[in-house]
Amino acid sequence: MDFLNAFVTLANFVIIPATAYGAQLALGALGVTLIYGILRFSNFAHGDTMAFGTMVTIFGTWGLQAAGITFGPLPTALIALPAGIAVTALLMIGTDRVVYRFYRENKAKPVIFVIASLGVMFIMNGIVRFFIGVDDQRFADGERFIISARTFRDLTGLDEGLAFRTTQGITIVVALICVIALFWFLNRTRTGKSMRAFSDNEDLALLSGINPDRVVLVTWIIVAALATTAGVLYGLDKSFKPFTYFQLLLPIFASAIVGGLGNPLGAILGGFLIAFSEVGVTYAFRKVVGYLGPADWQPDGLLQLLSTDYKFAVSFGILLIVLLFKPTGIMKGKSV
Amino acid sequence: MSDTAATPAPAASGVNTRNILLFALVGLLFVGTGFVQSWNTALTIFNMGLISAIMALGVNMQWGYAGLFNVGVMGFVALGGLAAVLVSANPVPEAWGATIDGGALPAGVQVLLGLLLGAATIAAAILTYTKLPSGLLRTLAVIVVLIVGFALFRMVFDPAVEAVEAVDPASTGFLGGLGLPVILAWPMGGVLAAGAAWIIGKTALGLRSDYLAIATLGIAEIIIAILKNEDWLARGVKNVTGIPRPVPYEVDLQSNETFVGMFADPVTASTITVKLLYAALFIVILAALIWLSEKAWNSPWGRMMRAIRDNEVSASAMGKDVKARHLQIFILGSAVCGLAGAMMTTLDSQLVPGTYQPLRFTFLIWVMVIVGGSGNNWGAVLGGFLVWWLWVQVEPLGLLLMQGLTAGMAEGSWLREHLLGSAAHMRLLTMGLILLLVLRFSPRGLIPER
Repeated sequence: MDFLNAFVTLANFVIIPATAYGAQLALGALGVTLIYGILRFSNFAHGDTMAFGTMVTIFGTWGLQAAGITFGPLPTALIALPAGIAVTALLMIGTDRVVYRFYRENKAKPVIFVIASLGVMFIMNGIVRFFIGVDDQRFADGERFIISARTFRDLTGLDEGLAFRTTQGITIVVALICVIALFWFLNRTRTGKSMRAFSDNEDLALLSGINPDRVVLVTWIIVAALATTAGVLYGLDKSFKPFTYFQLLLPIFASAIVGGLGNPLGAILGGFLIAFSEVGVTYAFRKVVGYLGPADWQPDGLLQLLSTDYKFAVSFGILLIVLLFKPTGIMKGKSV
Repeated sequence: MSDTAATPAPAASGVNTRNILLFALVGLLFVGTGFVQSWNTALTIFNMGLISAIMALGVNMQWGYAGLFNVGVMGFVALGGLAAVLVSANPVPEAWGATIDGGALPAGVQVLLGLLLGAATIAAAILTYTKLPSGLLRTLAVIVVLIVGFALFRMVFDPAVEAVEAVDPASTGFLGGLGLPVILAWPMGGVLAAGAAWIIGKTALGLRSDYLAIATLGIAEIIIAILKNEDWLARGVKNVTGIPRPVPYEVDLQSNETFVGMFADPVTASTITVKLLYAALFIVILAALIWLSEKAWNSPWGRMMRAIRDNEVSASAMGKDVKARHLQIFILGSAVCGLAGAMMTTLDSQLVPGTYQPLRFTFLIWVMVIVGGSGNNWGAVLGGFLVWWLWVQVEPLGLLLMQGLTAGMAEGSWLREHLLGSAAHMRLLTMGLILLLVLRFSPRGLIPER
């Protein structure tokens, strides 16, 4: 029995990676849920919005690096992030003007918006591939570890190492800041309150003099900020590849739906639930169980429920279970 | 759908001059390809166009007839491809009979037994859930059933799979198929896809439309993941090649004296003959499907479907079982996609799971349906041909455009290389643009619903 080593192994391979991944998913799901709550459609272009924002940030990072500017121990991408958000916000507002506004004015059915978002998805996919290509890009620089496995072992004298990468730390901190800022904005500011009113009851909001154009504009800017941040954090933590970002659509939507579409708190909860299940179900628990059992004993099998290739099946399975037993999500969402 | 004034009054039969003209124009595109590029290219595009048209018909059934938003077309197409392997590939007796350490059964039988155990687990869990009164006891019972069942499944399944995959992994390493004629795989593809559709439909159809979209998107990814990773089934990413053909091989034709005697250039003639034979087969199927769809569309059943689509509440007030009808049409449409998938794998003579991309096999089909005209079978077919032709031809056109743009730049300049290299991605942009333009300015498509 060696609880300490078991826990450190678990933290190293499950808790820390899943927390970082969960934070990324939560930010993505917040964007989806905001669009759903205020603009009232499922935005299939969200994964590609993340990819676009990340791409702009990567270009910014390369530019800064070429100019010799770095952020010390932190990744340079964090300096480039505001520029990435700004460009993405402009693109979002432009897309809304050109594509979505027409359907909003005509009070089109939600599914028409979804189909329009498929068109936007194609175009953004094309743009991203056109500018940066389809290959993997790594753009994390600065200090790699906050604590490396070796330092941890030396410090504690345990057998197992615990690596805490800078990108994971940054992900958690930045996500926390984003979420606090978002909730402060939604609950305390006039614009935020008008957005929530618009989401709750559009007609009543219009009657009380809320300017719908302004609400929509602010929503797209916030969505651009959330999507770009989520994308950059994911790219720093893993790597940037356009197709991966497209595939992120599934866990992100699963998070938003599991939490209750249109409910920001639910999106965060859903993000962490999906991330922990994905990592937990696909992790081989052999070592952890080995430490918990008698000394010098290891279980025969890998104790892995599913191979990592099936991680999509996990988000899907959770989604299905929640939909079957609690169709509006864990926290009450809305339905169109 | 109130903008009928903008379009000419629809003819009673649905075959009016405008539609014939549209089909003639698209036909001209293919003939033009034949003259400008080569007839071989034109026929290659045409054959895939036929398959695309069938896929578009399937999606149109779900979307146009019933308003169901299915974005898992790729999964059903891939299941059709799997059917082609399972039906027509030669069986691998060594894999079926492989021995497992400490096991009594041959590996192939044990794989099937494992799958049965898995299915039985799920059935038992559902039974437990429905039979027991709700409460903590039921939740616990279901969880116990699932855990025990899963453990048993893995105990039986894993060693068997290992044994099967160990049999000559470089050339087989899978159970193989039934070794039957590949034409039989086409209906089988439909049946497999229908089975998957039944499972998804049962769970997701009663819920909101967005949920069906996400559920289908998810199941498609899972089906591709299974095809990529379950080597015992269809060799995974090692691909199954050399799937038998329903038509003769080019080499056989070239060694046939009568055939060689008929043509001046037997090599080109043989490839074109093979493609024409495929085209003939596909045309027969497409024609049959169009005929059936039109019959269904104009029948009381078709009217009921549209009534449900346009107003679910009043249709169910009239005593129509909305959920059951939705399930029915969802299964039918998916089966058509599965059929098309089996045909495509037959045409390619290989199953390559890595090539299944959602943009190409799900969303492109949607572009076809929207551009062609949702709710109109002929529209879907036209969209299938037109959009597929564009999808193939935009790439060389984009390259041409880029060459024109970069003609003034220095040879070997970085920007020039990049622009030329990225020309291939123009097609995604073009497809998105076409979809948005049609949706905005002609939302009912080229051939609108009657």
